[in-house]
Amino acid sequence: MGLKRQEVCDPEMLKEVQKQLRLNLRLWGTTPDAAKMLLSTYSSQAKHLEELMTRTLKLGESNSALILAARGVGKSALVNIILENLASSGTLGEGVVVRLSGLLQTDDRLALKEITCQLRLENATANKVFGSFAENLAFLLESLRSGSKETSKPVIFLLDEFDLFCHHHNQTLLYNLFDVAQSAQAPICVIGLTCRLDVIELLEKRVKSRFSHRQIHLFSEEKFEPQYVNTIKLLLSLPETFLHKSFVKTWNAQIDDLMKADDVLRVTKRLYDTTHDIRALKTLLLLCVSQLNADRPKLTPDMFTAAQPIMRAEAKTNMLQGLSILQLCLIIAMKHLTMIYEGEPFNFEMVFHEYLKFSQRKSTMQSFERPVVFKAFDQLKCLELVRPVDNTRGIQREYQLVQMMITPLQVMDSLNQLPGIPTDVQQWATCSFA
Amino acid sequence: MEDIIAETHAKRIPCRGRQISFLASILGETFAPFPPSISPFLPCTVPSSNNNYTSYASCDNLGDFTRHVREIAKERGDPRMAIVLERSERLRDCDANILPVLCRLQELTQDVNIVVILCSTLPVDKFRASTGFMEPIAFHFPQYTKDELVRILVTRRVTDYSEEFYTNYVNLVLSVFYHATKSLPELKHLVQLNFKVYCEPIEKGEATDTDIKKLWRNIEPHLKKAMSSVYLREVSSSQFERMQSLVSESTTSGDLPQLQPQMKLTGTTKIELPFYSKFLLISAYLASYNPARTDRRFFMKHHGKQRKTQAMIKAKERSSNQLVGPKPFPLERLMAIFYSIIEDKVSPTANVFSQISTLVTLRLVTQIGGEDQLDAPKYKCAVPLDFIRGIARTVGFDIVRYLYDYA
Repeated sequence: MGLKRQEVCDPEMLKEVQKQLRLNLRLWGTTPDAAKMLLSTYSSQAKHLEELMTRTLKLGESNSALILAARGVGKSALVNIILENLASSGTLGEGVVVRLSGLLQTDDRLALKEITCQLRLENATANKVFGSFAENLAFLLESLRSGSKETSKPVIFLLDEFDLFCHHHNQTLLYNLFDVAQSAQAPICVIGLTCRLDVIELLEKRVKSRFSHRQIHLFSEEKFEPQYVNTIKLLLSLPETFLHKSFVKTWNAQIDDLMKADDVLRVTKRLYDTTHDIRALKTLLLLCVSQLNADRPKLTPDMFTAAQPIMRAEAKTNMLQGLSILQLCLIIAMKHLTMIYEGEPFNFEMVFHEYLKFSQRKSTMQSFERPVVFKAFDQLKCLELVRPVDNTRGIQREYQLVQMMITPLQVMDSLNQLPGIPTDVQQWATCSFA
Repeated sequence: MEDIIAETHAKRIPCRGRQISFLASILGETFAPFPPSISPFLPCTVPSSNNNYTSYASCDNLGDFTRHVREIAKERGDPRMAIVLERSERLRDCDANILPVLCRLQELTQDVNIVVILCSTLPVDKFRASTGFMEPIAFHFPQYTKDELVRILVTRRVTDYSEEFYTNYVNLVLSVFYHATKSLPELKHLVQLNFKVYCEPIEKGEATDTDIKKLWRNIEPHLKKAMSSVYLREVSSSQFERMQSLVSESTTSGDLPQLQPQMKLTGTTKIELPFYSKFLLISAYLASYNPARTDRRFFMKHHGKQRKTQAMIKAKERSSNQLVGPKPFPLERLMAIFYSIIEDKVSPTANVFSQISTLVTLRLVTQIGGEDQLDAPKYKCAVPLDFIRGIARTVGFDIVRYLYDYA
């Protein structure tokens, strides 16, 4: 058959490869292979967490814990993997998992509704008419309290964005959850996930005292070589379960070769030095993978070099590039003002004065009338390159104090990159005293 | 696949080929999972008379919203969905949790194949909140270059004239306006509006369409005028067109200045005020823009002579009130200046004082610290110099002589 020589040029194959790689690179969630890797990276933390949950599920012990880590290092993924493992090994058994997110359940009433829903207590509540939040809470607590180690199912509460739950009124929900976990009632395990390291300080004293102070930190101690590179390889390679099995080896060998290329290493090292957020990496790789097409069925180093500028694009420089010459003149005038008055705020009149000094004395360019200049200034305000210092109303807009939101250095940098600026404007920008 | 998309769209949206193909490649083919984020709008039901103008569902919080999205996905057999949010910078003014939820909608709806596209004029940096959120893939649409603008404007033409002729015309318009603005809608509007005037000499038989120099000389003053009127929306475009036709009828362009004032929208220099109100406004202006220590010099008959020193002139230049803006003043100072500049005897009747509060309601003067009406209110003058000059001229008062910055 000569399957070994089968190329990706086959459009069906290419489609499948794209699909699989995009699955690998989904910005959240992990494929089985990546899950294994994550477990090995955080092996001790995972063990700790697993033990904690197992004790709740098997022995009826109530626990609480917080998982603290930066964004995008795999908090949710780790918890999900452990829960999956527990479910597949049968440990989860009768246990119920309640998932809450601080983003969606913005107050205790919504959270309570969601808990009732996920615990399938709606039927019970439907018979009794619950008007108030207090009654609903009392019912829920009563249901939890009437349970005991032996008779009731264990419940695992997952609180995503835990820090947002701390802003609820009186922290009632947290207080009650921790209280149940503390006293001999139905066995529950409360696990909070958050990216704020000081989240304990947000808790009220009574809530804090009921919390077990078990904190699990996820630090990635990945080095660039070999861990980070391995992660990249893993994300780009096809799993054993891929549809066209014979092709997997060819592709994965290609990826191995690819990761030896200097360009690829340079681009990825740069990203590694900037952030350890795995999502940023996934974004970069997605930008590379999306360049695959029938003409270019293989990942090549120049796809990486092409993706890098999109990741690193400086938004301010881009914005400056879109400005008209008049607006650039105003930016330069503001740069001079910022430098002369050392960051003091200024108003339109001062900018216009500065612009006039330039356009009347030094420039050969057409000079614009005051309303036209004011319109340009207003547009800069809309782009938020300039921001009002205070929003007091009733001040004439010409005299409203504003501040420039770019540093003089950024202005100079982007001016040097811009094509087609008149020479006198360029000279005006470089001379420090206008 | 992506090339096809790019090609078909390039015809409708010129000069954006690179961006379209990028978006197409990022979004991927029909089967591939979407990247999570690149109006709450539920596509199932469009309110119409058929369904009694009901919407798909009502939801008052984001939890419900995600549940409905999930339901729709299930009903429809898990299609690929996209939510496009224009002017998404306004999301920052909504509840703090809306933007983070939209950015991770795919996760929160538990794997519904959905993408959120945020369109905005601002970069992603301006969206970041305190504890951060899932960063979307940022992609920049660059401003059109001059050549691209010409190309787009030429393709959108509606005229019988040749393409070359129209290209020339567009180039002329751009040569006037390109330095001031690069905005396509703005330029498009201006190009459409002035084309009639440009063609006029040809229709009258005064020039041929190859006589570019003559056409340029004819159109140039019109374009310059359009900059200060249409571009700033001082006259509406229909008014402008009417003006142009009037001008072409009368042929002598000398009629135009007389036509203009009544047609301008911002004819603020022509506001009608009572006699005393005018003087009150002038004295408010003087009180706002002159330092109090110079009042003696300007408004008293026998003041000590003052010599100008070099240091004083410099100090004046540095902190000119015209640059810094108006300063607040108390009512007493306003009245003192008012009585010194008005020539006849005016008794301080209720009428005079009520005129001050009328000026405040007209927003010509603003009141500061408005808690106490009676006890020492402070005011600020809120009109520009040109305006007050116009007022002063009507009552024959030379305001420049009394202004510290100019005297």
